[in-house]
Amino acid sequence: MSTTSDVLGRLHARPAAARWRNPGLWLGMLALLLVGLWPVVSGQAATREVIFTMLLAIALASSLNILMGYTGYVSFGHVVFFGLGGYVSMFLLSLGQPLWVAVPAGGVASGVLAFLLGKAILRLRGTYFALATIGINEAMRTFINNFGPFGGSTGISLNFSVYGNYGGAANALWLAYYAVLALALLAILVSYIVKTSKFGLGLMAIREDEDAAEVMGVFTPNAKTWAYVISAIIPGMVGALFFFKNGNIEPADAFRLQFSIETLVMIMLGGQGTVLGPILGALGYQQLRSFLLTNAFFKDYQLVIAGVLLLLIVLFIPAGAVGWLRKRFPRLRNVLP
Amino acid sequence: MISALSASLIDGLMIGLVYGIAAMGLTLIWGVMRVINLAHGAIIALGMFGIYLLFTNLGLNPYLGLLVVAVAGLLGGMLLYQLTIRRVINAPYLSTLLATFAINMIIIGLGTAAFSTSPRNVDFTLGSTNLGEITILNTRLVAALAALGITIGLYLFLFRTRPGKYVRAVANNRTAAELMGIPSSRILALSFGIGVMLAAVAGALIATFFPFTILSGDPYQLKSFVIGVLGGLGNPLGALVGGLILGVLEGIVPNFMPNTWVPVLEFMLFVLILLVRPSGLFGAKR
Amino acid sequence: MEPLLRIDNVGRRFGGLQALSGVTFEVFEGEILGLIGPNGAGKTTLFNVIDSVYEPNEGQVTFRGQPTKGKKPYHLARMGLARTHQIVRPLSELTVRDNVIVGACFGRENRSLGDAGEIADEVLHFVGLSERADQLAGSLNVAQKKRLEMARALAARPLLLLLDEVLAGLNPSEIVAMVETVRNIRAQGVTIIMIEHVMHAIMNLSDRIVVLEYGQVIATGTPQEIIANQRVIEAYLGDPKLAEQLMEAA
Repeated sequence: MSTTSDVLGRLHARPAAARWRNPGLWLGMLALLLVGLWPVVSGQAATREVIFTMLLAIALASSLNILMGYTGYVSFGHVVFFGLGGYVSMFLLSLGQPLWVAVPAGGVASGVLAFLLGKAILRLRGTYFALATIGINEAMRTFINNFGPFGGSTGISLNFSVYGNYGGAANALWLAYYAVLALALLAILVSYIVKTSKFGLGLMAIREDEDAAEVMGVFTPNAKTWAYVISAIIPGMVGALFFFKNGNIEPADAFRLQFSIETLVMIMLGGQGTVLGPILGALGYQQLRSFLLTNAFFKDYQLVIAGVLLLLIVLFIPAGAVGWLRKRFPRLRNVLP
Repeated sequence: MISALSASLIDGLMIGLVYGIAAMGLTLIWGVMRVINLAHGAIIALGMFGIYLLFTNLGLNPYLGLLVVAVAGLLGGMLLYQLTIRRVINAPYLSTLLATFAINMIIIGLGTAAFSTSPRNVDFTLGSTNLGEITILNTRLVAALAALGITIGLYLFLFRTRPGKYVRAVANNRTAAELMGIPSSRILALSFGIGVMLAAVAGALIATFFPFTILSGDPYQLKSFVIGVLGGLGNPLGALVGGLILGVLEGIVPNFMPNTWVPVLEFMLFVLILLVRPSGLFGAKR
Repeated sequence: MEPLLRIDNVGRRFGGLQALSGVTFEVFEGEILGLIGPNGAGKTTLFNVIDSVYEPNEGQVTFRGQPTKGKKPYHLARMGLARTHQIVRPLSELTVRDNVIVGACFGRENRSLGDAGEIADEVLHFVGLSERADQLAGSLNVAQKKRLEMARALAARPLLLLLDEVLAGLNPSEIVAMVETVRNIRAQGVTIIMIEHVMHAIMNLSDRIVVLEYGQVIATGTPQEIIANQRVIEAYLGDPKLAEQLMEAA
């Protein structure tokens, strides 16, 4: 008896090195890197635009997944961090600060907002939390609409000369692209590190049964707050890059609730609580979207089809694609993070 | 100043009653089945277009049109429940939120394809009434009275009729209600239908005095959240009071600061109440 | 000797219902204390007060010489308190092994993930769940889930273990195995408070017994003293099945 358990013990022990040998993670990141470098090789701006949108979605979905998939707190208004990061960095850029200051500042601003809000709103559970995040996003949007330094309802537009510092507009767009590629890879890595860490285990315990987790010694308020902060920082930086590339930012674009919910849909599509799910979901959703938008017949019905699809997923495969695979083939659990 | 204030107060009260009806639909559905209906705003917009089409294309009197919208809302809501909500009602809350949001996308998508997003208005007037220095638009007055009537009707239904008592029983404890032989699935469908009906009727009433587009439901959905939380989610009478509070706020505040600040105050109030008294202003303390 | 746990005049109300009042007793290191009483006597409520899920309205609880007032359940877990739940609470979508790792990671010893894995394997072997380690916790049957609760609590290496009806719902042979497990736990130096309705088991296991009725302590003493206590017999007469069991145990 004891020998079997010894063998089992050796099989299951998770030495730090094994954590870094997960094929699913590395193949996933490699594939993403190749996709990301494709426009660089082909040099086509149109491909770059398509892939930029996908990378953006991957970074956002992977970040939100840390809160939603691991911790079980569904933030409907997560776009508030994207928007705030965008605004803070656009403000700094318009004051003449360089991009490498503005983008991290956007991330920090979002992280700080999440930290300040976290302790308060993470006390709310379920639907109440979801509603509170919607309320915060709307409060932020309407506030910035009135906030003079950020340009009120007209927002902030970058002077074209700003791009001169980065080798002209064309180069600046490539720069933003590389940065978002790096952030997407970083988001996946962070997602994996959190998932396989003690911290992440605590988060998943909270997702499964918060009261039981508390009794088992998980410092739930702190763990939830840090999950919220981590899930906010990359969206803040991504927002900064998106609006830098865009050249201007307005409240209605920065805090679009619809966008938030699309990110949720991507996570659902791929499978929440898994590392690969948000990636697949983001790719799938964006692929579908661009197909619908460019197809003459479907163009007008883009929203309808997306809605029908979402409804079908929710009704019939709520665990998402990766979740479904993992459930169907339990052995995959060790390979698909 | 005083007369300007009392004019905006009266206006706010009248519009607040209509908001209250919209929020009542949202809060009733939450109270009975713990579902936040994210298609609420889209249904409000459908109500607006319903009355518009009946009036503009068929020349039907808007208040007769209101009846048609109400019946269509009730039946449509029950159908929607049977087709979709029923399947997720016991699923985690994320599923119900996303399912109703998907319905929202479908309605808005179809609506945009059919009507575009250009503004419409119901070209109809009842004149105005003068009370001393204050002028009241009669369409608003009628809307406010209709809202009051609907509230009374809802209360009579909930407290005086058998199906209404069943609705309250299911809201209170679905399992126990089922054990007592109440056909809970039919009652849930009915409740969802009534919730949708209230949203559509509120939209129709709003359309009699404000211009609108297919996207106009959204701000009213958000207002319904605010009102619902103010009055305590699940408490229909609370929603009416919450609606009055919001209406008065919207009426009075622009006298003191630019009216673009009104939504900021509303949403801050919303988050604050969720944090301090999630059961609403009149609910029991946690 | 300083008691490991002191419960001093503890009261707890829920609205108009007085669930506990004036509860006082002490638990010393190394003992097994049985907590019995009719249904609704306040036993589980008392556990919830001990591990700070509820705050007491009156009185105080002292664990390892420190008042628990103002401490959260997770603070107490770090101090060496662990429990099982009467209604099992598995972390359903995590594997059995990960459930136990949570216990080891966040319990008294606050282990790293790697160490916790070793502890988990050891504890799973101890409670006989090794073969199920990679299953999802939600897929276990009730008896296995009870063992999982136990394993999770043990992996925390607690000083004081609260067991809430770990025998309920088990068949006679499972009960024998579980009683043996509890004995082994005590042999490792863990102090135990256990709520139990299976009379012969608790009378066998406990060094001392506390009897609750309507939220009050009506008797404290050795199993022999309790069985002979007139007040206890009367309390249990309200529940013929329990009374019968009590008699059988005597």
